[in-house]
Amino acid sequence: MFYREAGQYKTSYPSDMAVFPIAQDRIGIGLILAAAFIFIPMVASDFIMSSVMIPFLVFSLAAIGLNILTGYTGLISLGTGAFMGVGAYACYKLTTIFPGVNIIVWIIVSGFFSAFVGIIFGIPSLRIKGFYLAVATLAAQFFLQWCFVRIPWLYNYNASGAIEVGTRTLFGIPIVGPNATPEVRYYVLLCIVVALTWIASNIVHGRIGRSWMAVRDMDIAAELMGIKLLDTKLLAFAVSSFYAGVAGACMMFLWYGGGEASDAFNINQSFNILFMVIIGGLGSLIGSFFGAAFISMLPTVLKFGLPAIGIPLSGATAEHLIHIMVGGLIIFFLIVEPHGLARLWQIGKQKLRMWPFPY
Amino acid sequence: MHSLYMVLIDPFVQMVSAPDLFLQTIWEGLVAGVLYALIALGFVLIFKASGVFNFAQGMMVVFAGLTLIAFQDLGVPAPLALILAVGVMYLMAVTIERTVLRPLVNQPDIILFMATFGITYILIGVGEMIFGGEPKDVNTKAFMLPQGSLEIPAFGGFVQLQKIDIAAAIIAALMIGALAFFFQKTRIGRALRAVADSHKAALSVGISLNQIWVIVWFAAGIVALVAGIMWGARSNVSFALQVVALKALPVLILGGFTSIPGAIIGGLIIGIGEKIGEFYWGPLMGGGIESWLAYLIALGFLLFRPQGLFGEKIIERI
Amino acid sequence: MNVSVQSNPHTLAKGDTLLAVENVSLAFGGVKAITDVSFDIKKGEIRAIIGPNGAGKTSMLNVINGFYHPQQGRITFKGETRQKMRPYVAASQGIARTFQNVALFKGMSTLDNIMAGRTLKMKTGLFWQLWRHGPAMREEVEHRHVVEEIIDFLEIQAIRKTPVGKLPYGLQKRVELGRALAMEPDLLLLDEPMAGMNLEEKEDMSRFIIDVNTQYGTTIALIEHDMGVVMDLSDRVVVLEYGRKIADGTPAAVKSDQKVIDAYLGVPH
Repeated sequence: MFYREAGQYKTSYPSDMAVFPIAQDRIGIGLILAAAFIFIPMVASDFIMSSVMIPFLVFSLAAIGLNILTGYTGLISLGTGAFMGVGAYACYKLTTIFPGVNIIVWIIVSGFFSAFVGIIFGIPSLRIKGFYLAVATLAAQFFLQWCFVRIPWLYNYNASGAIEVGTRTLFGIPIVGPNATPEVRYYVLLCIVVALTWIASNIVHGRIGRSWMAVRDMDIAAELMGIKLLDTKLLAFAVSSFYAGVAGACMMFLWYGGGEASDAFNINQSFNILFMVIIGGLGSLIGSFFGAAFISMLPTVLKFGLPAIGIPLSGATAEHLIHIMVGGLIIFFLIVEPHGLARLWQIGKQKLRMWPFPY
Repeated sequence: MHSLYMVLIDPFVQMVSAPDLFLQTIWEGLVAGVLYALIALGFVLIFKASGVFNFAQGMMVVFAGLTLIAFQDLGVPAPLALILAVGVMYLMAVTIERTVLRPLVNQPDIILFMATFGITYILIGVGEMIFGGEPKDVNTKAFMLPQGSLEIPAFGGFVQLQKIDIAAAIIAALMIGALAFFFQKTRIGRALRAVADSHKAALSVGISLNQIWVIVWFAAGIVALVAGIMWGARSNVSFALQVVALKALPVLILGGFTSIPGAIIGGLIIGIGEKIGEFYWGPLMGGGIESWLAYLIALGFLLFRPQGLFGEKIIERI
Repeated sequence: MNVSVQSNPHTLAKGDTLLAVENVSLAFGGVKAITDVSFDIKKGEIRAIIGPNGAGKTSMLNVINGFYHPQQGRITFKGETRQKMRPYVAASQGIARTFQNVALFKGMSTLDNIMAGRTLKMKTGLFWQLWRHGPAMREEVEHRHVVEEIIDFLEIQAIRKTPVGKLPYGLQKRVELGRALAMEPDLLLLDEPMAGMNLEEKEDMSRFIIDVNTQYGTTIALIEHDMGVVMDLSDRVVVLEYGRKIADGTPAAVKSDQKVIDAYLGVPH
């Protein structure tokens, strides 16, 4: 009874075209942002920040990137992990060469490097579709992974081959490196994610988003309507890789604080993000968040939740269980609701509009 | 100038100056190619008959191999272990058909492709839980697979051929011949091709989709088992094999997704190309280019001939 | 690419040749879809392309659109002659079309589909799209006005926000017409716009087609099987059979042409 549109008339096109036309939705978003910025830092422990919230935000960003490519434009990519890696290494090199410039600037700029690489590997996509494109992105994944290991310049000729993160500050507060607290890192990440999500939403709701969806749904008709396929697809690769690159940089600098990058950006990571997008909902920004939350929190939930209710579980078994569950859930969602959690959310809201009436 | 020479001339000089080594590399490539071809064969079977791109094929190879080894480790004699493993693959085919394929019967191909990701992960999880994560060895003696190697003199040196590899090539050839015959000449083979073209049309002439799918996934399971045994006999069976199996994808691109001879020739080309690339050009780049060379070759092919060497040219109609 | 400007494209008057295909031949491997077909379409007219199944009608539209490239022949549009059309050129020069099997963007609503038709006319770049509010929004509103006019014209206000995948077939065809109209085309190609419709829907669609022609002055080329519709709507008709042109003229003339009657009755020759 409180989720009704009655009485909310739209008297202008701009208000009709708003992203959140229903007042209750606007309130909802306000509440979520308030929770994210105020509530969570107050109640969450350092552990929850580091192991749950920060990974969730990083993966959400990567999932938005992949969703733009696969969900909105229909181009399957198995190379997200590698593009994340490009962002991470770009950020590393940039902050090594110009340590004076604020790290947040470099995190964003590294997205552009990733976007550039994305465009190069996206060029074949004009002639190649579907599974074939997936194989092309695999080429990107394996080649870039090889580069990360075999081009020592990328990791500053470290003996360990890993990215080393020193301290970087903003207004005197360490935001990156061993002295940066989880709380500070969370805030920086949250601001980045909120800003980039807003931009993604803007793009997707306008002409470009429509062009992407047109290419996904019926590319021949789109071409005959004057939508330039190559430009549209390359833009999708660029924007998607940008988001993946920023996510990768955030992963290295705001989450891991450095480390062995070849594990973080391998093919399994690419699959990981793809599953987030499938389960969360292809073609939905909010779905990216749902999927990221689901997959990134599932291991933690299993590891701590099951023993908490009395089922003992070793770390290794939990891993195996996660594999089975993720696999099973993918199949389940594809059968029951191919549009993922986002559609379930929409259906839930529909029902809420009627509540407490059944129809 | 020097680097141009190193890239464009020197490798060929090396090839010619030590031809026995060159032949050896080609042989190694052929061997790898046969195994890639076997894995690709499983893909082609399923794709040809159900239009599904089975991403889980590689994992099926691992799972089949591990199942067989598990039976052997339990003390079961080799022939019986083989039959039991085949039985397990049959059960797998039935389960997949019932729980995944049937509910998704009219969905677009992309949904089915993603569902096979799900199958892959389930197989990984179940496999890890049952068999553990360490690599396992196949007991080759029990299967009467030949040991040792042959040395063939050539060009002043000699080429060493592992007997097991020769056996693998022969077994692969026999299996391919049997499959090709099956597809072209038998009633069920024709039904399989009908299903690949159109599910609805096949249903309307009375072909039971469910039976066909079980048959074809079972066949792919057997191919996977053979691939697993052969691969395990050369080195060992481990979960890392699953990623190697992804190499079958470039094979399919070269050979076309629906062609059995294409899978073979594609496999051989990729295998040889990879080995030669790694051996002669790899050192110039710091090594390890095997991890991506196959994909680059496939990418090159895609740009000029998207349907592969043997695939059907796709004509889009609106 | 031959470019011979025969007349200033912007001053084509009603009755001048808008599009001409000359000696076009198209084959796929061994299958000859179109063999040596020539005809023209005059500005402001409604031209029907008819013929039994497999005659090459849709292939002809595809050639005009630039989706298929003929092995032989030339296409002249608005005074410019080309060996083959490219899809972007066709679209930006003012050719729009609907498809035999409705080619709507199933993942989007009616409104978004028709707005997609305005893409060519939307000029704000990536930079403004990032912020949405500002020039990008102003442009969206401006084009929304145009799209709403089309929605009013086609009487589809009620299904504005419905995902097109959920619409019945007849309404889908109407939305597709709307999307084509959104391009403000000079030449509108309609591929079997009445297929699968009942009498009422056909009457509605016919009315829309005539209104588009008279109100907006759009030249229309239409493939249609319903002879009644063809006779009533079209100014001139071209008849294809097995990829060749067998008749070309007014509806009355074509209707009584023996070759046409034979073709439809399936008389072997």
